[in-house]
Amino acid sequence: MSRGMNTIQAVNLALDEAMGLDENVILLGEDIADAQEGGIVGVTKGLSSKYGTARVRSTPISEQAIIGAAIGAAIVGMRPVAEIMLMNFTTVAMDMIVNHAAKLRFMSGGQTHVPITIRTMTGAGFGTGGQHADYLEAWFAHTAGLKVVAPSSPAEAYGLMLSCIFDDDPCLFIENMPSYWTPGEAPLLGQRIPLGKARVVSEGGDVTVIAYSRIVQDCAAVAGKLAKEGIGVELIDLRTIAPLDRATLIASVAKTRRAVVVHEAVRPFGVGAEIAALLNEHLFGQLRAPVQRVGAPHCPVPFSKPLETAFVPQQADIEAAVRKTLG
Amino acid sequence: MSSEPKVDRAVLVDIYRRMALIQRSDERFRAVIKAGKIVAPYYSPRGQECIPAAVSVSLGDEDYVCTIYRGIHDMLAKGVPSKLLWAEIAGKATGTCKGKGGPMHITHRESGVMVTTGIVGSSMPIANGLALAAQIRGEKRVAVAYFGDGASNIGAFHESLNMAAVWKLPVVFVCQNNGYGEHTRYDIATSAKRISDRAAGYQMPGVTVDGNDPLAVYKAARSAIIRARSGDGPTLIEAMTFRFQGHVFGDADAYMAPGEKQAAMARDPVPRFRSWLLEGGVAEAELATLEAAIDHQIDEAVAFALESPLPGVAELHRDVFAEEITA
Ligand SMILES: Cc1ncc(C[n+]2csc(CCOP(=O)(O)OP(=O)(O)O)c2C)c(N)n1
Repeated sequence: MSRGMNTIQAVNLALDEAMGLDENVILLGEDIADAQEGGIVGVTKGLSSKYGTARVRSTPISEQAIIGAAIGAAIVGMRPVAEIMLMNFTTVAMDMIVNHAAKLRFMSGGQTHVPITIRTMTGAGFGTGGQHADYLEAWFAHTAGLKVVAPSSPAEAYGLMLSCIFDDDPCLFIENMPSYWTPGEAPLLGQRIPLGKARVVSEGGDVTVIAYSRIVQDCAAVAGKLAKEGIGVELIDLRTIAPLDRATLIASVAKTRRAVVVHEAVRPFGVGAEIAALLNEHLFGQLRAPVQRVGAPHCPVPFSKPLETAFVPQQADIEAAVRKTLG
Repeated sequence: MSSEPKVDRAVLVDIYRRMALIQRSDERFRAVIKAGKIVAPYYSPRGQECIPAAVSVSLGDEDYVCTIYRGIHDMLAKGVPSKLLWAEIAGKATGTCKGKGGPMHITHRESGVMVTTGIVGSSMPIANGLALAAQIRGEKRVAVAYFGDGASNIGAFHESLNMAAVWKLPVVFVCQNNGYGEHTRYDIATSAKRISDRAAGYQMPGVTVDGNDPLAVYKAARSAIIRARSGDGPTLIEAMTFRFQGHVFGDADAYMAPGEKQAAMARDPVPRFRSWLLEGGVAEAELATLEAAIDHQIDEAVAFALESPLPGVAELHRDVFAEEITA
């Protein structure tokens, strides 16, 4: 364990390390080279100076072409990391992601595979309105063939990013913008965090809280508060949304017999719904309370500050949902 | 400035009025945001005033505009009332969109501003639809799509130009080429020497004009609008300009060549056109009166925006569908 760092630095470190390890790792994205300031928040800063602009390429504003180029390079053995500046702009490249990256392994009968990592960022809080802050992970998790990863801290971002880059399947890596500058524990250098394995953040016997991405931090705060009242929250950070670590979730809820799923994405048809259904299928009869879901209301991200604040799930919402399961 | 000033004097003064309104509104926006009275991401159009001012004098309220996040100049030139625009940017219930859209998503039907998008390249396909509706209904309306040079590298640009040309849609594509897309210089991202060269591939007229020359823009736009209105189809206009304030308010501009911005600012189109008008015989008093009226209009708008109420949280459930969501 070395010095603390924020998520920008942690992802930068992982990219740097991967590029140093394997010359097939290349980066593509808008403004990512140093002449363009290393990305809008500087995640890729320094990398084009170190590895050259052949491997760290600023692209035109052409999301479809960016992902297409990443796919093409990947099927002949490269490991491209493509940055789609904000998650909402993945919509422009949906054909490439959903019809091609996700399915080429299957459709080719295993002849080709697409080891790309799509880095993207999102999250409400900057007053950007309806087209810049959506969490769209459920769309991607719903598509077979994509791995969907959402780190909850700088150290997690580092370890998961390395795994994504060296994974042989297409991975969508979702960074949370509002927490980019929040420092955390520094990662263990060189240590990859396996994909598809959730992390038990804290153990507890009364209720399981399942979350991913930045909001895990809020859940931890709520768990700490409830601990003082003697309520034991078992907090699980999914880390990888797809594939989902079903075993860890079922084992935990079999123990606590209560569950709350928390995400920043809108609630209807979200990841929470999938997990609630999963727990029902496996633990019907053992559950002491219906599985609760905390998420944003089913509306586009609003601009006006009070609406935006009300849109993002708050610690009080998480706490209320936990209490609801306790009856 | 083009040499033959055969344009009606009233039109010239009207163009100047719109330019001054944009310039003064922009300066005030930045001051108010800097003072912390309004919190909003702001994409200044300072330096690009001339383009929509010289286009809009040939449009009526019934004509349509689709614009982008950098669009307050397009909106003001087309006649979106200052008060409502300011209130929207302040996130107030009295804004053009009840505070729910914000600066990147202004719609004001009465003045013909139908869509403001934060997704690069998306103004053009929608402008085609507006034009298509007018064509089918036999109306004489024209749709103008504003976009940046970076947007011409998105697939949607190419699809839209082709469709508009094939169907002879009454649409005018106005590219405001300010030399940069975020931090990326034009030539790094765009294969065409001029954006207007791309028109040839779609069999439509394409012209590049000095976007800081009101007469040049006026003439190009006027003939494109007349052509569109008379059923002869679309035109691509590329208006060369520069943005004085970087990409987003607060941008440090380190990606620009030293002195580049200063040189552009020395050719500031607004004072230049003002001097030209005075030399051509327009009285200083006339312009001063017009400017005082603008300042008064802005004072009123700022006060209105700051005093207006914020939207209530119930707005999250309204306007998502035609019916309010009650669940
Ligand atoms: C599809 C999409 N990709 C990326 C972005 C991020 N982005 C916002 S503005 C911008 C630059 C656009 O440049 P240009 O079209 O030249 O317009 P300008 O801002 O210079 O007026 C980019 C890349 C976006 N909003 N939408």
